[in-house]
Amino acid sequence: MSRYKFLTLLSTELPTQTNSCTDKNYKTNHILMEHIVIIGNGISGVTAARHIRKLSDKRITIISAETEYFFSRTALMYVYMGHMKFEHTQPYENWFWKKNRIELKKGYVEQVKDSTKELVFTSGETLKYDKLIIATGSKPNKFGWPGQDLDGVMGMYHRQDLENLEKYAPNKEVCKRAVIVGGGLIGIELAEMLQSRDIPVTFLVRENSFWNGVLPAGESEMINKHIKEHHIDLRLGVNLQEIKADENGKVKSIIIKETGEEIPCTVVGLTAGVSPNVDFLKDSNIELGRGVKVNRRLETNVKDIYAIGDCAEQHEPIGQRRPIEAVWYTGRMMGETLAQTLCGNPRDYNPGHWFNSAKFLDIEYQTYGWVFGERGRPKYEKHFHWKHPKKHICITIAYHKESNKFLGINTFGIRMRHHSFDTWLNEERSVEYVLEHLADANFDPEFYKLHEKDIVAQFNQENNTNVQLKKKSWRRIFSY
Amino acid sequence: MKFIRIAGLYIFIASVLLFIATLFMGNYTLTETSIQQSFSGKKARVTETFAAVAKENGVLDNTYNSQFSFMNDVKALFDKHNQRVAEAVAEETGVSNTETTKIITSASQSGKVVYTKELLQQVLPEAKVTLLDNATNWMYSPGKTYDSVDAFKNDLNNKISEINRSQAGEFLLYDNKYSRFDITERAATGIIANNKALFLFLTFGLGIIGSLIFIIAGLFLKPIPGIKNNGIYLHNATNRGWVGIAVFGFLVAFYVLLYFHPYIIANWTNIVDPLKSAFIKNGSASQWFLYGILYCVSMIVMGIRMFIKYRHNQYQVVRTASVLFFQIIFAFLLVEILPLFDLPGVDLKNAWPLDYNFLTDWNVKNYLNAGHLGKFMFFWGFILSIIVVPTLVYFYGKRWYCSWVCGCGGLAETLGDPYRQLSDKRLIAWKIERWLIYPILVFAIIMTIVVGYNTYNIIYNPTAVGDSTLFGINAYKINEWYGFLIGSIFAGVIGTGFYPILGNRTWCRFGCPLAAYMGIVQRFKSKFRITTNGGQCISCGNCSTYCEQGIDVRAYAQKGQNIVRSSCVGCGVCSAVCPRGVLKLENGSDDGATRHEVPEVILGNDMDLFEMLENNK
Repeated sequence: MSRYKFLTLLSTELPTQTNSCTDKNYKTNHILMEHIVIIGNGISGVTAARHIRKLSDKRITIISAETEYFFSRTALMYVYMGHMKFEHTQPYENWFWKKNRIELKKGYVEQVKDSTKELVFTSGETLKYDKLIIATGSKPNKFGWPGQDLDGVMGMYHRQDLENLEKYAPNKEVCKRAVIVGGGLIGIELAEMLQSRDIPVTFLVRENSFWNGVLPAGESEMINKHIKEHHIDLRLGVNLQEIKADENGKVKSIIIKETGEEIPCTVVGLTAGVSPNVDFLKDSNIELGRGVKVNRRLETNVKDIYAIGDCAEQHEPIGQRRPIEAVWYTGRMMGETLAQTLCGNPRDYNPGHWFNSAKFLDIEYQTYGWVFGERGRPKYEKHFHWKHPKKHICITIAYHKESNKFLGINTFGIRMRHHSFDTWLNEERSVEYVLEHLADANFDPEFYKLHEKDIVAQFNQENNTNVQLKKKSWRRIFSY
Repeated sequence: MKFIRIAGLYIFIASVLLFIATLFMGNYTLTETSIQQSFSGKKARVTETFAAVAKENGVLDNTYNSQFSFMNDVKALFDKHNQRVAEAVAEETGVSNTETTKIITSASQSGKVVYTKELLQQVLPEAKVTLLDNATNWMYSPGKTYDSVDAFKNDLNNKISEINRSQAGEFLLYDNKYSRFDITERAATGIIANNKALFLFLTFGLGIIGSLIFIIAGLFLKPIPGIKNNGIYLHNATNRGWVGIAVFGFLVAFYVLLYFHPYIIANWTNIVDPLKSAFIKNGSASQWFLYGILYCVSMIVMGIRMFIKYRHNQYQVVRTASVLFFQIIFAFLLVEILPLFDLPGVDLKNAWPLDYNFLTDWNVKNYLNAGHLGKFMFFWGFILSIIVVPTLVYFYGKRWYCSWVCGCGGLAETLGDPYRQLSDKRLIAWKIERWLIYPILVFAIIMTIVVGYNTYNIIYNPTAVGDSTLFGINAYKINEWYGFLIGSIFAGVIGTGFYPILGNRTWCRFGCPLAAYMGIVQRFKSKFRITTNGGQCISCGNCSTYCEQGIDVRAYAQKGQNIVRSSCVGCGVCSAVCPRGVLKLENGSDDGATRHEVPEVILGNDMDLFEMLENNK
């Protein structure tokens, strides 16, 4: 064995993709060099491109106006916080794209001409496509507030927002106070970002408790406390009236609708949700709702045009999912699915069990299956809630109140194993079964204190049951 | 509290500046006493001659105000001393010049050479006759004749200088870093030498107090536990800024002086003499004792920082406690204490091939001369490297050593923690890693075989000791080169000195042969892996950024694939910094499928792979 071979054997294969199907007698030979153009270089578009390349030899072009290379939007916050440099948010090195023959084009698409299969850029350039994938993602919501376009008002979504924030809130001397409008996941991330530079933050939340449209009451309340514990000025149940400008057209203060209170500030972050970024398609023949309307094959009404990710809107919601899902994971799944379809394995977008995660300042959150907040909760859904007496650790398990079928779990401050819950949801296990095997699902680092015993004990006490916690078993974990 | 924190920082900086300044303080005077102390292990003649030579050259009792001017004069004394000693010894027990002349005169008669034992007996005392007879009887053997006096003279002179050299051997001095250090350390006088304890407090004491104030005040300023890597890439110290460059300069200079010019830092070793005295009465610290103290102090202070920074993460807390335990007890205290019981002062956890001197002759002799316990310790060295290391790697991954036990790893995980993000994550760095670490393992193995063969001959087969070579490689030369290139330059100067530039695991990643050895086991036969939690990865890149080994963790995590890499030292920080709970260090089953394979369904797509395969047929 040569030394080189020996060395190569010592590690897993390099993280690049070279396994295209050029040399195989691939049945899509007749469309070899078909040109697939993807608008948007986010997770959806890039996942689609990567998987198309894995499965075929088609020509692929990704268009973006935001950045030259793919970066992880979810990591923008860490750049401002100084955890990373921007380059660290790029999952692939710059040579990756050329090596995998994925062409990158920087530009803003102004018009889609489906009759001639052509894109028109704002620069006047045009680009021909054979298949078009729209993966343009979202844009921050603005609800027509007075002053919403002033200097110092920004969302936290694009790379440009990060540059803006760096300009208007580089430190606490320049930015005396920031007001964040909208209590969602981006809002609390923006609060954490500003707080990392000791900038005082006022956080306006329309709901009476943080994110209670999604979270059950106990969990939402725990997050409220945690936000305040970080000295963030959390205002619940209030709305923005207007943003006032100083003589230079810069933000000076905001007015709260309910109280009329004026809060002086340098920066206003608008984080009241996002909506599909599809304005440039208004004059095209593509059917739009709030997003680009697609069927389960992710096809639009126009032949050879597809939409994936945040900007896609399902005609009919899938299961209990919303028609538009602005979530990292769903974008990735749609990208994978569409790549299969375009490479000769037509597939429906068929997302598995719902899962998601987030981090609220220091509290990690994961969810598997469905656990509804107060709003929109089905009548049959019953909750079991356990909270650590002192720490910010809690779980909520949702189950069917008649059949005891396990429906889903929210977990805060305890990491749980995706694989376990996915299996239990597939197997339609009962809540008792899940509790009995809860130790298998624990995903906290080694030596962490385990809470399963307390959880099961409380369940037994509340429900007069006798669930016995089983010891963690590798055999079971791997058989799932 | 902010003020207190800053005050702590200033105290720390002041103590470091003072520590550096002590190198330029005090005087150096060579006295008879200092010479005696420097050569305490040698015969009285050495000190006497050296003192005499020093006196004649005006060095004795002369006061120098820097170690450099001092050494400039002292180094000239070595040759003079050796010459003087050799001459005197030749007179007494060797063959002096006059005696040589006598022999030559009486042996050469009218251009012919008549050299016999009787002749020797006529001109030399009894003892010297035996010496010369042993060395030169071949010159008057029946078959040997000399055509010219010159040829005879030549042979005789060669043999006589050989005799004289071996007679004088124990009195000769060599101008090397050890003797330079011994002399300088003892010659130090003045403010430092007279106030060792005070300076110990002002440098080490205040340094510890200041840094602990700084670290502990941070706990009150940020009281809520959690990952707080805020500002790491915005700060000069951790972003290769000027503070980082300054620390880099200090560390590199320290290692160069420690390894190659220890006499320059003799004052530092004097400062820690009071600590050495805890082990031996009136102990005098060597540069290695100083290094051990600095090592332990850095690890303890920065270990406390780790306890605070990761107080929410039990894995980090236990792991940090473990590296501190092994450093303080095994690498420091036992090494100091064992010699007090006439046992070799070795680090019992230091496994070959990281311990590259394991089979050198002096090391093996040390073991074998220390009775049954010494022999057992030698035996343990084999057990550790051949059985314990691979077995534990099988069950727990190489982390059990690299980030729980190892001294290099311990320093990297404490002192080096602020620099972990600086490791290179590019593919090219991975390629360089593999082209360095495995050849170094091969180098270590070849070196050990050659050295071990030589040691075996010396101990069990003394008649076969020839020129100490095997495969044409000289055992001492290869050991010296390995020690210089790998042991000193790579592990020390680059491995630690470059923390603020290349990250904290440069040695462990690119150079350590033990890491390479364990890496092979970890990659191919181990239960250890970092499990990726299904589809939860959001590709944020915290894991890759904070991986000290430069592993692109995200590349695996975002595919839902477990991380099975030979270089992973299992520090657990990727798991700690992950905002979505995606990574977990686990020892599961070692079958290929569960350890490596990507479970497709878990990414969230309900794909039926079998159906897909069927359709594609």
